[in-house]
Formats: sequence, structure tokens, C-alpha cells
Amino acid sequence: MASHAAPTPQAPAVPAGLTRAQLLEIYRYLRLTRTLEERLVALYRQSKVVGGLFRSLGQEVESVASAYALERGRDILSPLIRNLGSMLVMGAEPIAILRQYMAKAESPTHGRELNLHFNDLEQGYLGQISHLGDMIPVMAGIALTFKLRGEARVGLVYIGDGGMSTGTFHEGLNFAAVARVPLVVIAEYNRWAYSTPPEKQFAVKDLAEKARGYGVPAVTVDGNDVVAVYEATKAAVERARRGHGVHLIEVKTYRRKGHAEHDDQHYVPKDELAWWAKENDPIDRYARRLLESEWATEDELQQIDAAARTEIDRATDACVDEPLPVGASALGGVYADPLAAPRHWYRSL
Amino acid sequence: MADVTYLEALRQGLWEEMERDPRVFILGEDVGLYGGAFKVTDGFVKRFGEARVIDTPISEAAIVGAAAGAAHMGMRPVAEMQFIDFISCAYDMLTNYVATARYRAGLATPIVVRGPCGGYVRGGPFHSQSPEAAFFHTPGLKIVYPATARDAKGLIKAAIRDDDPVIYLEHKWLYRRIKEPLPDGEDLVTPIGEARVAREGKDLSIVTYGATVWKSLEAADQLAQEDGLAVEVLDLRTLLPMDDAAIMRTVEKTNKVLIVHEDTRTGGVAGEIAARINEQAFAWLDGPIMRVTAHDVPLPYAPTLEDFVLPQTEDIVKAARWLAAY
Repeated sequence: MASHAAPTPQAPAVPAGLTRAQLLEIYRYLRLTRTLEERLVALYRQSKVVGGLFRSLGQEVESVASAYALERGRDILSPLIRNLGSMLVMGAEPIAILRQYMAKAESPTHGRELNLHFNDLEQGYLGQISHLGDMIPVMAGIALTFKLRGEARVGLVYIGDGGMSTGTFHEGLNFAAVARVPLVVIAEYNRWAYSTPPEKQFAVKDLAEKARGYGVPAVTVDGNDVVAVYEATKAAVERARRGHGVHLIEVKTYRRKGHAEHDDQHYVPKDELAWWAKENDPIDRYARRLLESEWATEDELQQIDAAARTEIDRATDACVDEPLPVGASALGGVYADPLAAPRHWYRSL
Repeated sequence: MADVTYLEALRQGLWEEMERDPRVFILGEDVGLYGGAFKVTDGFVKRFGEARVIDTPISEAAIVGAAAGAAHMGMRPVAEMQFIDFISCAYDMLTNYVATARYRAGLATPIVVRGPCGGYVRGGPFHSQSPEAAFFHTPGLKIVYPATARDAKGLIKAAIRDDDPVIYLEHKWLYRRIKEPLPDGEDLVTPIGEARVAREGKDLSIVTYGATVWKSLEAADQLAQEDGLAVEVLDLRTLLPMDDAAIMRTVEKTNKVLIVHEDTRTGGVAGEIAARINEQAFAWLDGPIMRVTAHDVPLPYAPTLEDFVLPQTEDIVKAARWLAAY
């Protein structure tokens, strides 16, 4: 079948030690991320999503390509709200994310927490809390444990251009650097922290400059370039795994949607949005590169696109009509013991 | 059995848990070679090594956050706050991250956050605080507060073995002031959530914890000698979860209750205790539930000021006399 033909002898060598199958797998995660988010938008408009909806449109590549540099089932990452793709790479199922957004009883947190705020440490992801920066010390503690136990494992944590202004970010990065724990920090420069632009958020040009203040080696890469993000992360992960401590990678990208779906982005220059959509969509760029380099064929990409749609259709159908959790289930699990908080007396009258 | 101070008892408890369980490690400021500001971890780094006694930067949020991450991975970290006053720097990490982890995400976070608290030591506003009320309001945390050497040891062991996050408050005024014989070679564990009757009585109950257990016992002695009153003193030992049954037992026995704590009054733990007695034992009361607490001001430095602000034995005597006569 032509669509599965090997690259011609003239095709450029596959980059960064990746195989052709891996390049296609990365494409699949990118397409799955965008398709899942588009489905979530539809569900949001039907009021099936209970809370807010957060998009990673235009920055899917930095999530997927950085996570792809980890060893699945071994390393642990902590995503932010716009790192859905990184969770899919580590093995999170789209149905889990759909259930989380719709607050279903069968969701990983049984309706207690929102969207991507869930975890599976066996698969290798630890969901964030809303207090930006807090996951840096927590992931430093996870990486510290790897080091104390002599395990060749690595932690990876995402932080945004806004989150890097918090105290916990600074405390956590400094502690991690001093303790020389195997931690990789992906610093996302996506232009907007809610509505706040970089010039009101920090006084350096590049986020990488901040890392140098803690003695943490840092690089800045094009966050919309799969190979650049993957190569930089892979190098940092390998150095961290060999005991060379903390590394920071700044990924320059652009948040093309509002903070959440309700945000009309009136503060964003319209031509800027249009430029990023037309000239620097990271998935389009990657697809073009795959085709131009003859690492993939049009047919192959179309088949992946169709399979992603089918997968998300099936996942949605399987959970959209599931029930929400029973109210009284809210009382359980505050502590290991006692098993549940007491119900108030007037609820039994 | 040798006499053991409150501080030495705490130290023994930590040491024995480190010996017993390789998952236990300590992190905090100056805890290693220096042995901690109050020498609680003196000698630990020599015995257990730098990997298990970790000196950290001055970063309370990072200390607690890193402890939480390690706990998720199966470790049993004990984080020291050099003075408990600085636990407020980790308030976000404790209340938002740590306390919610089991509930929101099914994540076990068995950490202990311990540190010297309390006044009567001329420490001024930032080395004398009683932080319990700030955390008492947070589901998911446990708070223990030993008043005796035996419980200093028994509660640190219980806290380390507990599967949930525990704030362990150790009163620095008691560190070297209190001592009692403790049996060697016995695994002393004080169950979390169980109060202790520190003195039996029938006329009036004092419900208290921490350093004011000793002030209340002094007051009870004086009231017995001067007034012939038999005052019962209940040492709560654990604030969260609170031992409601023990509180109601003493209320039902004496029918009058005075709540004493060193912390300030408004929003303090005493208000919650009073509300619980009102809800659960109203019919047993022969008088109003009264409080003896610190005045609602930051804790000042000068001895005259500190003594005025904090509850003293004489305050407890006067309040108890008033209530007994009600």
C-alpha cells in the first residue's frame, strides 16, 4: 500500500534519533490533543462541560514533544492546564479527560476536581493545583526521592510565563538546584498570562535568564518546532538522569485562545492572532515538515486524523450520558482514617 | 528509668522512627550539622547521613512542597519549621496542596511538619506564635500538640506513622522545663485523636492543651487548697481531629467548663469547643461555657507586656472561681 511506503532513499535522515514510526506517533498525539479539545468546545457549548474550558490551541507541540522525551512508565511529569498533550503522551485516556470536564462520577477524581487536575503516578503524571508554582517544590520532592533511592528517573514540570512570578516557583527552583535533583523545567512563554503581557509580568527578555540566577542551565527554543523541543528536552532529561541536576528549557510559543473559553481576547491584537494561526500553527508546520521531508505521506496523516476523530467520538459516546456523583459521596476520603466526614445533623431530620 | 525532658523525648521519638523505618527522613533549615536551632536533631546527621537529614535553603514553601512530593513517592518526611511562626510562609502549600491531596486526587501525603511554638519565653511577635487556629479550619490536616514528655515522644511517633499530613506543635517553654521518667526500650505511641485526663475532679472542668495544661494544673492545685474545689483538667493532645467524646464526658461529669488556651481569642480553638459542647451536651451544663485565652493582640516582647497578654495561672484561678460560684 503506497501510504505505508518507506521513505525514498532521497528523504532527509530522520532527526533526533527518532524513528519514522515515532515521528508519526508524535503527530498522532498532536492530532488527538487538538481533536479532543475541539470536542470539548462542542460539549462546552452544549453545557455538558460543568466548569471552564482551557485550550492549548497553537501550543500543542511543546507539550507533546517535551513529554515524548521522557521514558513512559518510569519518569513523572506535572502538567499545567494547557499541557493536555503531555498527559496523553504519558498514557492518560481521552475518556478520563472528557469525564473530568463533565464532572462524571466515573472520572478519575469522581467529580471532585476539574479538567486536567488528576494524576496517575504509575503512568507518570501528577496533576497540578490551581496555585501556580506549587508543583515546582512538589516535583522537586519527587525528583529528590528518585535521587535518594538511587533510581535513574527524571521529573519534568511545566510552568508558564505568569507562574514564574510566584514565590513557590523561586523557592522550588532554588531548592531543586541546590539539592541537584533530576528535574527538567519547561518554561512556557506563550505571550499571555490571562490578559497580562510579558512586559507587565517580568523585566527580563527571555525566561531562560531567570534560571541562570539559580545556577540552572537553560536554553530557549522555538516551542512550535517538534524537533527543537524534543531535542532540547531529550538532552536535558539525559543530563538530569546522569546526575547533572536541574535544567530549564524555555519554549517560545503563543496562546491563540483566551485564558478560558469565556474570554473574548479583546486585549489581543487581531493581526497577531491571525498571523500565528496562518503562519505558525505548530501542527500544520509539523505536518508540512513530515511531508516535505518525505517522512510521511498525505495518506498516512489523513488516516491518523480520521483515527483520532473516531477515537474521540467513541470516548465521548461512552461517557457523555454517565451520571454525576451522588451528593453524599462528597464526605468520603478526607483522611485515611476516619473514612468520611460526619454528615450534618439537620440533613437527617 | 531516667528523667527525660520534653525536648529529649521528642528527639528520642524522632531517632527511634528513623532507626525503625528507612523511609523517614528530615528536612529543614540548619537541621544537619548544626542540629537544629533548639538541637532537636543534634547528632542525627552523624548517625543517619546527609541523605536523611537534609539542610535546606530558607524556603518553607519548598520544604513542605518537597516533603509532599517525597511522601507521594512513599517516603515519610519530617519537615522542621525552625520556629513555627514561619509555617505561615508554607500556608498555601499546606492548605491548598497538602491538605486536599487525598480528597481531590487520592494521593497519600504522609508528612509531619513540626516546629517550636508558643510564648512565655520573651520571643516577641515572630518567635512566640500559636498557629493552630490557622490550620484547625482546614479539612485534611491533623494537628497534635503534646504537653508532656511522654506525649512529645508518643505523638511524634504516631504522627510519623500516620497516613495523613500531621502538624506537630511543640511548645518551646516546655522543652527543658518538663521532665518525667520514660521506660527504655518501649515503643511509646500516643494515639492521635485521644485526649487525656491530666487531673480528675468533679466540680468543674478545664479543657486545654499545650503549655496551659501546666498552668491549669497549677491553678487546680491552688483551687483545691484554697477553695476545696476538685477541678478536672483535660489535656486534648490532638486538636484535629478533636476528641469530642472525652470533652462531653468531662462536661457530663462536672457540668461546668472553662476552656483555656494560649492562642488569641477571636476565631480560636476555644470557640469551636464551646460550639461543640453547646450542640452535644447543652442539657448537662449548669453554667456558661467560659474562656481564658490570650488577649487579641500580636504577642509583645517586654516581659510586662507578654505577661499581661498571655493567660497566667492566676487568670485561670479567678475565672474558675467565678464559674464554680455560678
